[in-house]
Amino acid sequence: MKRIADFFGSITGSIKASEFLFKGITTLLLAAGAVVIMIPLAFMVSTSLKDPGQLRSDANTLIPRKPQTAEINGEKFNLYQVTVDGASLEMAMIKKAPGGMAFFADPARPDELIELKLNEQIALYSFDIHWENYPEALNAMPFFRYLGNTLIVTFVGMFGMLFSSSLVAYGFSRFRAPWLNVLFLLLLSTIMLPSQVRLIPIYIFYQKLGWVNTLLPLIVPQFFANAYDVFLLRQFFMTIPLELDDAAKIDGANPLQVLLYIILPQARPALVSVGIFHFLYAWNDFYEPLIFLHTRENWTLAVGLQTFDALYTINTHLIMAVSVLMIFPPILLFFFSQKIFTQGVVFSGVKG
Amino acid sequence: MKSIKTISLARREAMAGYAFIIPWIIGFLIFTIGPMLASLYFSFTDYNIVDPPNWVGLDNYIRVFSGIPEFFRTGDTRQLGDPIFWKALQVTIYFASLALPLNLIFSFSLAVLLNQKVPGVNVWRTIYFLPSIISGVAVTLLWIRILNPRMGILNPFLQNVLGINNPPGWLQDPNWAVPALVIMSLWGVGGSMIIYLAGLQGIPTDLYDAAKVDGANAWQRFWNVTFPMMTPVLFYNLVLGMIGTFQYFTEVYVATSGTGGPQRATLFYNLYLYQNAFRYFDMGYASTLAWILFIIVLALTALIFRSSDMWVYYEGQLRGKQ
Repeated sequence: MKRIADFFGSITGSIKASEFLFKGITTLLLAAGAVVIMIPLAFMVSTSLKDPGQLRSDANTLIPRKPQTAEINGEKFNLYQVTVDGASLEMAMIKKAPGGMAFFADPARPDELIELKLNEQIALYSFDIHWENYPEALNAMPFFRYLGNTLIVTFVGMFGMLFSSSLVAYGFSRFRAPWLNVLFLLLLSTIMLPSQVRLIPIYIFYQKLGWVNTLLPLIVPQFFANAYDVFLLRQFFMTIPLELDDAAKIDGANPLQVLLYIILPQARPALVSVGIFHFLYAWNDFYEPLIFLHTRENWTLAVGLQTFDALYTINTHLIMAVSVLMIFPPILLFFFSQKIFTQGVVFSGVKG
Repeated sequence: MKSIKTISLARREAMAGYAFIIPWIIGFLIFTIGPMLASLYFSFTDYNIVDPPNWVGLDNYIRVFSGIPEFFRTGDTRQLGDPIFWKALQVTIYFASLALPLNLIFSFSLAVLLNQKVPGVNVWRTIYFLPSIISGVAVTLLWIRILNPRMGILNPFLQNVLGINNPPGWLQDPNWAVPALVIMSLWGVGGSMIIYLAGLQGIPTDLYDAAKVDGANAWQRFWNVTFPMMTPVLFYNLVLGMIGTFQYFTEVYVATSGTGGPQRATLFYNLYLYQNAFRYFDMGYASTLAWILFIIVLALTALIFRSSDMWVYYEGQLRGKQ
């Protein structure tokens, strides 16, 4: 009997061990991948804090740094950790010599030169963080103008989208009418429609109205509902019990009042969710602002930043600083509403 | 008397329903159907916005499709009516053929890993999801710099850590520009990962229990339970990925300042359309490209939908019985 028990014991033991191993490997893989995912972001932040001098000399280090120097007779020399006869010393490099050699000296006794192989010595660096890149970047382009335009497009558009899409979603979720189902299918089919097939006549239409190079083309269409948000809101409205409507109707509420006082307060999570998605879309959108906005004073951040890069691509530190500022609001929003976020993505992703 | 009243109530309800959807109906007429018909009309014209559209019949379509037999006979791309159109189509399909399978493999395996009960799983999920919310101009400007052969961080890594002697010039090398954009797109796999993850979490656990009772090992459980249950989601992402590739724009515009270079190596379909419309103001030809794009997207969608019967498994549907 004991042998049988041992046998089973060893099996369960090995299962536990293999499961442990499996989880360990999974965690390691995930951690390694996470590092790979985060390196580009770290590079963005670090580049935004670098001295332009470092961008020319050692651009591809992840740490904003500058060489440590020592002053000898009013002149600056780079410091190295050098090895002389097995002893490690801090010395300044006075000048390079042929054959990969260089002359080093102790800063206290600059006249005693030692010739050493340059690539065997370790250059010394200190952190060199340039916060002033940020104010400089904000002055290098009309940042606040771009930001203002982006905020107007984003929030006025969001208001229009929520307003119109709620009305339409309410119409599609609470009323029986002939053809309403057909119309809803028609609405859904527009999700698959590539926008390019409508874009050119719309552009010409706006041009006739004098709206090209104003923010109106980015805002006004939001007031006419869109398939994606109507669909999400309708799905949510359908989960709100009809009894609530009926109770309100008995109290004499008309359909608009039912929407305002019953449906919308109940649907707050869904409204927040589509609001967030609209924010991300409008904040990051580049295609339509590029097409409709032609002069600097009307640009949004996306177009302004791209144009700044096209003109002054050498100013990597400033471009990365503005990039950090630009990705900051979405990240902040993401951390504050993570749950709504992932649920919304999943909802729209799986069922959309 | 009563029936008349119910009819009028039903009518009132219907009228209210229509009233609420008016914003969408107006929008649909002004921003969808109207422009679609107009662009169909423009696709048969020569139109530069300044002068009124000039009807040219099928000329724009002939420009796209002429010269194909001659091209096949001689292999000379100059025989084609518009070689750049075919180049753009080729670039787009090349990108899709790399990016879609890789995206599917990465995001699906990530979802499988992130579905395990490992320590810190919520932190890992957050990290992997993060890049997908900050897409766009800022991210592309970042990746241009990461991929830069002189100033970037990818090539030093390839050289010093992996020991690759001649790392590619990425966006500056016509042969490597599209793979560079693929790498960039893979950074954002978290977006589809989260959808797969939700799909995985929707699989009823009793299926796994039943498989375990039948003696299935981990791999068999994955292949016979997880994978078939996930095919609808895989399928959905595939359709959207295809459509997305034909509309791929921001990244390549920012990375190449709208040129599609080097040597048109990244001239994506949508970028070529944009150039025709808003650089050359050839609105007629651009409308033709838009309609061909529309038909390609329709055909792809239909194709994947039809083929899906063969490999997509929907719960509650018996596979052998159709």
